[in-house]
Amino acid sequence: MFWKKFLHNPIGMIGVVVITLNILMAAFAPVLATHNPLTINVAQQSEEPSAQHWFGTDEFGRDIYSRVIYGSRISLYISLFSVLVATFLGVAIGATSGYYGGWMDNLIMRVMDAIMSFPAILLAIGILAVLGPNLSNVVLALGIVYTPRFARIVRGSVLSLKEKEFVEASKAIGNGDAYIIFRHILPNCTAPLIVQATASLAYAILAESMLSFLGLGAPPPAPSWGNILSDARNFMMDNAMMTVFPGLAITLAVLGFNLVGDALRDVLDPRLK
Amino acid sequence: MESLLSIENLEVSFHTSQGVAQAVCGVSYDIGRGEVLGVVGESGSGKSVTALSVLRLVPYPGRISAGRINYEGRDLLKVPEKQMRKVRGDRISMIFQEPMISLNPAFTIENQLTEALHNHRKMSQKEARERAIEMLALVDIPDPAKRIKDYPHHLSGGMRQRVMIAEALLLDPDVLLADEPTTALDVTVQAQVLDLMHRLNERIGTAIMLITHNLGVVAESARRVVVMYCGRVVEQGPVKEIFEEARHPYTQGLLKSIPKPGGRGKLFEMEGIVPSLFELPQGCPFNPRCPQRRPECAQSAPPWREVQPGHHALCWLYA
Amino acid sequence: MSLKTILKVEDLTKYFVVGRSLFNSGEVVKAVDGVSFSLMQGETLSLVGESGCGKSTTGRLVLRLIPPTRGTVIYQGQDIAKLPADKMRKLRSDMQIIFQDPWSSLNPRMTVKEIIGEGLRRQPELSRAQRKKMVLEMMETVGLRPEHYDRHPHEFSGGQRQRLGVARALIMRPKLVVADEPLSALDVSVQAQVVNLLARLKRDLGLSYLFISHDLAIVEHISDRIAVMYLGKLMELASKRQLFAQPRHPYTQALFSAAPTTEVGREKNRIILSGDVPSPLNPPKGCRFHTRCPLAQEDCGQLEPEFKLLAPGHWVACHHPLND
Repeated sequence: MFWKKFLHNPIGMIGVVVITLNILMAAFAPVLATHNPLTINVAQQSEEPSAQHWFGTDEFGRDIYSRVIYGSRISLYISLFSVLVATFLGVAIGATSGYYGGWMDNLIMRVMDAIMSFPAILLAIGILAVLGPNLSNVVLALGIVYTPRFARIVRGSVLSLKEKEFVEASKAIGNGDAYIIFRHILPNCTAPLIVQATASLAYAILAESMLSFLGLGAPPPAPSWGNILSDARNFMMDNAMMTVFPGLAITLAVLGFNLVGDALRDVLDPRLK
Repeated sequence: MESLLSIENLEVSFHTSQGVAQAVCGVSYDIGRGEVLGVVGESGSGKSVTALSVLRLVPYPGRISAGRINYEGRDLLKVPEKQMRKVRGDRISMIFQEPMISLNPAFTIENQLTEALHNHRKMSQKEARERAIEMLALVDIPDPAKRIKDYPHHLSGGMRQRVMIAEALLLDPDVLLADEPTTALDVTVQAQVLDLMHRLNERIGTAIMLITHNLGVVAESARRVVVMYCGRVVEQGPVKEIFEEARHPYTQGLLKSIPKPGGRGKLFEMEGIVPSLFELPQGCPFNPRCPQRRPECAQSAPPWREVQPGHHALCWLYA
Repeated sequence: MSLKTILKVEDLTKYFVVGRSLFNSGEVVKAVDGVSFSLMQGETLSLVGESGCGKSTTGRLVLRLIPPTRGTVIYQGQDIAKLPADKMRKLRSDMQIIFQDPWSSLNPRMTVKEIIGEGLRRQPELSRAQRKKMVLEMMETVGLRPEHYDRHPHEFSGGQRQRLGVARALIMRPKLVVADEPLSALDVSVQAQVVNLLARLKRDLGLSYLFISHDLAIVEHISDRIAVMYLGKLMELASKRQLFAQPRHPYTQALFSAAPTTEVGREKNRIILSGDVPSPLNPPKGCRFHTRCPLAQEDCGQLEPEFKLLAPGHWVACHHPLND
């Protein structure tokens, strides 16, 4: 039923195609790349696109096409893992908070509100300033920033699900809280979680690019879409093409995840059925 | 009794992704001036859809595909929408099961009651309010001049249903379609509301079509009863005959399966379940559950026969 | 019927606090207020009353699905209101519940096998094959077919889902079953099937029922004794025969007279109560029913009547009982 509906949603299918291409690009980067993305070639600085360098070269003479291809690895890696971290923390926090309720619920949710009240990027910058910029810290920072969204969604679902009679029935049989949460409550929260996760992947790609652009993301010389863009910015006046390709890659990836997210929302949201 | 509103061969179908569901299939019955007609049936019998069809309010994806609804010499299914709006709420009005969702929570009782008077009767605010207060008093709302300023959430369930009845009767309609009006209410409050509807019927002479699944409510309130099953009228007759000498095996089964006062032991069980409208059985839709089925029941549709004067059944037993 | 008491409830009370926040201490809903009754082995005791009278809350308190504010629930000699959680869990299989809503009471993501078999999870000594056998036997007992074994709840009708709920409860081999309005979501023609099923299982398995309902016709059919609740308190408790022949509490009388019957044309002395049930947030002082009671006198609004024995087995909480 779900797949039938989803496959009939043209918007969602476009999104799926875009995302699949992205993933393939990351997986087969060594095959697709024409040059080593790190090789510096002083003789070919800041060149326009050509048959040899499809997207041109940057100020160190590195091949931008190859850098964009490899960059997808870091972008996808960071967005995927930060969303995983956020989902895990959010589910744990939201489920405990919603299921047990009381003052602890109040406290936890106020902390979540506090996190949400900061602009996401600002908070991530703050965390990275404390932890120091490296790949796993970027994942952690973005994970923390996105946790409240998941926690709220899960808590909301848990609050309504825990009143359901099948939960009471399970209690009456003698089952404990952990079993009830994992067997009866969480499986029924998956729909809104999937929607939120896909939408968050798009945000995370964007956020990673911004952080890299600000020099807080993947440390150079490793290529990520954000730092390719950041490098290109200095030469925008001379060679505008340098900024176009990483920008396009970011746009497409974000678009892909957003389209899938919207389609999933349409398919999974019971209110629209 | 003079017929006021008559439904003739009504067919309503719902076109869904699972296929076409024939919710109402050739339904005909009429309601006399000032009469209380009970329409009983279980879920999926088409009793509510028929009532909604009278006002042409069948919800999407439902469609009235055939039939006539005769009222004052016209076929309401053919009247232009603009004139239909004058019929709705004015000549024929309707109340629903859940009074909370039928009242708009953002407006006071006064707003909701006077709106119809402005629109249909072009009354001034003062006149309209007076009429509304009079109507609230008629439905036993205590202190109506004060309660009229309340919002729906200030009122209890029983009060809300009375406000709904007041609203429905504001314009002195000929017919009130009451769709499960007491199902959401407690027993003691249900008794109040039924008693009220009775008194109003006698006093203002509005005909009431009382649609319900509760056989007791029908037995006590209606003069004539229509029994529906799977989108068809299976039996129709005076209330006493229906409850004491039911002719259709479905009606008989339904009556036998409710516990009797002082009764003990095993209740009569009807076989099986109400079939899905997407896969209705061939012939008589009741035949797989019928204790008196015959070979012809599974082959062709049963005939509509008068079994006693004014008492009809849709069954092969009386062919 | 043996006269062994299986359950004894005394002064059972549940107050809920609503609307409490940082700046507001909230209001107290007296959902159940000092209810006492006992249930004999093999008996069906019905709790009847209108919405908000606390009958469902009482059912849940009896099973300790929610903790009581005050009072004792003595099940076979043990006060389960005070039992530690681990001991309570062991007792759980003895008492089961059947719910009103056959839709929200079944987890939509589980199959029949998982729903019914869930209760066997805590019996690790059972092999997979034994479990399957037990589930299939229970399915047969409640009238489900073996081919339903792997289906999901949405593939069933309301009546079949209710059977599924009954099977889930009974596979635990309970001695006491709380049935919380198990029929009110079902079509009339299906209600009879479930009533008969419950009656047969009671006989075959020696169950005791606490049957919660607002449908008096069914209550009269199924019960041995009946307790009438109003706004969190018991108004009257007696055997079915006593109660229907001679109700002593004006509320019982009004409730019974208000219930529509299918007897056409019989003159009824219907007592139509005025007004609605007051809010349990702020129940009337004195007798809780006095604001609607047609026979209320001055003292009814001041002093709360005691729940006392008027005749053998006939308890009433009224200052001026009928036929006195």
